[in-house]
Amino acid sequence: MNFDLTIIVNALPYLWKGFQYTLELTAIAAAGGLFFGTLLALARLSSIHALQMVAAGYVNLMRSIPLVLVIFWFFFLVPLILQAITGATRPPQVGAERTAIITFIMFEAAYFCEIMRAGIQSIPRGQIFSSYALGLTYSQTMRLVILPQAFRNMLPVLLTQTIILFQDTSLVYVISATDFVGAAAKVAQRDSKLVEMYLFVALVYFTLCFSLSLAVKQLQQKIAVIR
Amino acid sequence: MPMIEFKSVNKWYGGFQVLRDCTTKVEKGEVVVVCGPSGSGKSTLIKCVNALEPFQQGEIIVNGQSVGDKTTNLPRLRSQIGMVFQHFELFPHMTVLENLNLAQVKVLGRGADEAAEKSQMLLKRVGMLDHAPKFPGQLSGGQQQRVAIARGLAMDPIAMLFDEPTSALDPEMINEVLDVMVELAHEGMTMMCVTHEMGFARKVAHRVIFMDRGEIVEDATKDEFFGTPRSERAQLFLSKILQH
Repeated sequence: MNFDLTIIVNALPYLWKGFQYTLELTAIAAAGGLFFGTLLALARLSSIHALQMVAAGYVNLMRSIPLVLVIFWFFFLVPLILQAITGATRPPQVGAERTAIITFIMFEAAYFCEIMRAGIQSIPRGQIFSSYALGLTYSQTMRLVILPQAFRNMLPVLLTQTIILFQDTSLVYVISATDFVGAAAKVAQRDSKLVEMYLFVALVYFTLCFSLSLAVKQLQQKIAVIR
Repeated sequence: MPMIEFKSVNKWYGGFQVLRDCTTKVEKGEVVVVCGPSGSGKSTLIKCVNALEPFQQGEIIVNGQSVGDKTTNLPRLRSQIGMVFQHFELFPHMTVLENLNLAQVKVLGRGADEAAEKSQMLLKRVGMLDHAPKFPGQLSGGQQQRVAIARGLAMDPIAMLFDEPTSALDPEMINEVLDVMVELAHEGMTMMCVTHEMGFARKVAHRVIFMDRGEIVEDATKDEFFGTPRSERAQLFLSKILQH
């Protein structure tokens, strides 16, 4: 078997475009997931029963379904739902890239919710009492006192989840979005060079994720010293 | 008009009654010490004053406002009452100075400079000005508690509540906190203190309230209380904590 490195070199500009999309998707999904996840966590910990139930239901649903299925759902069902709402003659196309972003934000929100919930619960209740005693409102207490501490405590876990997310984004391949893996797959099939392309992609993922995990581990020790 | 008035306050945790028909008051400028065995409801009683604990029956009036009334603006009411906790509860992600500034800016709407000036003045007063840029985790328990008192005072409170302020401290740090509290009492601050420090009570308290099993058993002037407590339970309690 002849291993052809020039294939990879020639494909680099195209692969880079795919990689950029992977990064973009990871960043947007992490930021959006953290934002909505935090809101979900606050809802799960709220004293309003209905709010708790809705948030818990959402989180459990998302966590019990394979990610691929959620991606499929959105890709095929959302256009139909939009059609039903707007009354258009044909289902409006959301597009693979946009579907992927929405899906990942919604899916990751469930996971980030559980992390932030644990983080909020790790803060002693006395912190809430002392904030209230100073006259801070609920939202000020959360925004200024509880969430910054919870976020800090959970930072290593949040980063680890983001690394997992970075790998999971490769699943957008199933709706033909051209992420890093998608781009590699297209080149591999066009030139019949599957071994080279898939090995290269695996190597890049491994190098990045492994070194990032090491960095997170170091960060964890650093945070442990400060506390 | 009393600064804080309790009228037949009852509170239950599920089926367990933690406060039974508690009626008493704290006048302006008065220092009232609340003592009693653990689980007697004294911390719960003091937390009802600024609605950190809800109560089911009765009424608490603070400076003319009913705490239990649904129309009462609780954040506003709470901002007028300083509170000091057993475990200090400073915000660990903020410096000492930021701890004092936060509520002044966010609740009272003071400007940053005005708040910082006030904070520095109070830190100086509790002997903590040199530690202003430090984080709470870098301070001893006694120092943290002095900062916590300054944080409460920064809101210009009409009364201060102390919930076992020295119980979590190492013995050698108790006095530095009590000294600040004594000074505060001498300046005429209205204070309600849950504490076992009977030396503090003798020195500055006007009245002592003794609680047991959720009831106010004894509510007497300091001299009456330490002279001849009327109830057997209070006598027993005093003999237990004063024999050493």
